[in-house]
Amino acid sequence: MSEQSDNAEEKLDAAATAAEPETVAEPVVAEPVVAEPVVAEPEGPKDEAREELLRRFIEALGDGVLDSHIEVDKDLWIRVSADAWFDAGEFARNQLQARYFGFLSAIDWMPSPFGRSMDSEVDRLLEASADEVENSAAEGSAVAGLEHGFAGGDTRFQVFARVAHVGDQGKNFGLTLKVDVPDDTLALSTWTKIYAGSDWHERETHEMFGIDFTGHPALRNMYLPTGFEGHPLRKDFPLLARQVKPWPGIVDVEQMPSNEPEESSPEESSPEESSPEESSTEESSTEESSTEQSSTEGADT
Amino acid sequence: MTAVTDRQKLQYIAAKAADSRVNVELETEGMILNMGPQHPATHGTLRIVAKLDGEQVVAAEPIAGYMHRGYEKLTEVRTYPQITALVNRIDWLGSFANEVPFILASEQLMGIEAPPRAQWIRTLLFEMSRVANLILFLGDMGVQLGAVTPAFFAFRDREFVLDQIEAVTGGRFHPNFDRIGGLKDDLPKGWLAETKNVMNKVRSFCDQIEGLLMNAEVFATRTRGIGVIPADVAMQYGLSGANARASGIDWDLRRDAPFGFVYPELDWKVWTHPDGDSFARFWVRLQEVRESTKMIDQICDGVPGGPIMAKVPRIIKVPAGEAYVTTENPLGEMGFYIVSKGELAPFRVKIRSASFNNVSITPWLLRGVYVPDIITILASLYFILGDIDR
Repeated sequence: MSEQSDNAEEKLDAAATAAEPETVAEPVVAEPVVAEPVVAEPEGPKDEAREELLRRFIEALGDGVLDSHIEVDKDLWIRVSADAWFDAGEFARNQLQARYFGFLSAIDWMPSPFGRSMDSEVDRLLEASADEVENSAAEGSAVAGLEHGFAGGDTRFQVFARVAHVGDQGKNFGLTLKVDVPDDTLALSTWTKIYAGSDWHERETHEMFGIDFTGHPALRNMYLPTGFEGHPLRKDFPLLARQVKPWPGIVDVEQMPSNEPEESSPEESSPEESSPEESSTEESSTEESSTEQSSTEGADT
Repeated sequence: MTAVTDRQKLQYIAAKAADSRVNVELETEGMILNMGPQHPATHGTLRIVAKLDGEQVVAAEPIAGYMHRGYEKLTEVRTYPQITALVNRIDWLGSFANEVPFILASEQLMGIEAPPRAQWIRTLLFEMSRVANLILFLGDMGVQLGAVTPAFFAFRDREFVLDQIEAVTGGRFHPNFDRIGGLKDDLPKGWLAETKNVMNKVRSFCDQIEGLLMNAEVFATRTRGIGVIPADVAMQYGLSGANARASGIDWDLRRDAPFGFVYPELDWKVWTHPDGDSFARFWVRLQEVRESTKMIDQICDGVPGGPIMAKVPRIIKVPAGEAYVTTENPLGEMGFYIVSKGELAPFRVKIRSASFNNVSITPWLLRGVYVPDIITILASLYFILGDIDR
């Protein structure tokens, strides 16, 4: 087996390690020049195969490529403009031979207006002590303060799709294409003419996020009843179960029904909870599993 | 004398029949056939609305969503350790296999790796859930063709595998055993030897199925050349797993992207079939179960000692970032795309389940087939409803 396993990632591994000596060797030759080596190694290891993919993309789409991100030896993200979305898919399939369609979906980058209100009091206390940064982020939860992920973004909604080149041992690769969906129209061109499989994925994205795909044959709902109002995976769509009933929480503090859970929780539990929090560096798997056990029980209710 | 009249009579009847056949063909009108949502061939609640012309399907539309549970939304209000309990229930026949890609994606974001022993046992349980899952497919395929016996064999022998899974994890169907950084518990004593016994039973089950079902003439006529998927179409629709390999695509994530597993250290083979029909899909899965039993035997012999848990903070916060990890699940490629903002709960989780893509090909695939073949084709595509609807 080990002889056969010259898969894409390992090859990329090898490519990256092969690239390293070159970048190391460069400063030795050009030692008197101070500026060059600094430019040459800003990010440490390089991922030549993925950079080559990115280069070809930029060559083909020009301004259509807005941003990109490479996790060395792991993955490649390319963000394109809404106008270039169709071309990007076509280029990936026909030129890069990424003929395998993984999935297509969307992300709503707006921070949830409900914050962590779904959590119990105990959780919020824990949260406050554990992470102050998050609180400040939650306060400024206006739409203007969108924080995007890899390859950046300008709009509230982003559609992302995964395509791959498979069945070609040693040369397989996958990449994630992202696109900003214009806030005013919330429409993109469909991919169904490129990847037939994107049909259902676009239907799902349409019903879950309310994004239109122009040219799609029939954007009927996949899961929800036809007259359903709202788009469940948007961040401003409340999860009703969590609004009416607080989540038991991540900490093992679930009380017995007789103990009046409403009154007793905030004051009592805060000193209790701060002590394990302080010793969080010292961990053991048994503690972890007991927490897990209780939370699993909660999930079934 | 009588013979002649008989022949005349027969000729007359034959002519009439030919006439009537022509007439029937001319007079057919479209008919809508509704299968499901409770049809036994759909393994749950998939509904298929087929427009027929006589016995032939003109257009077919699968309607999913009877089992939509909204896991992608629910993950946003749960902590990472809690989510394994959810994703367990996506493909309920191979539940441990659902946890693994999620855990691997989280581990990739956190930059931790499970210790070797945990990786070996993870691979072991991953393959056991594949065996438990695919055994049922092998038996169920017979039921769809009218042979009930293989199903009883399948349920009998699957129980041995589930018993083994239960002995380790405590759950027959929903182990919830995988953890970020390792596993919940170690293997019980004497378990490995018993597992090898069970694998012998599974292998003899495979031989039984091959003799009883696959070599039967009825099976061949009902599946050979039925529901052919060319490789390029399979890729366009994102077919994965055995469905893709049955179309001749030589692609198995266990070989091509074995991160977090020990597959490179095992001796096994990826089986493909060039035909792309229902028979090929059955055949590939049968070989896959055999390969899995071989792998499990090797893991039982080779599992190293050591800890089963890496050092993980007690409260798990995943650093901000994005990761997409896929694994070769019993039904095909399953992936988790996790967007983290450094909080206790993920910001967005996209679950790429195999069955969703595998079933999305049915409108294309069912066009032009005969009504009885709908059932064999659906059975050979092999989907789990929870894996479509999530």
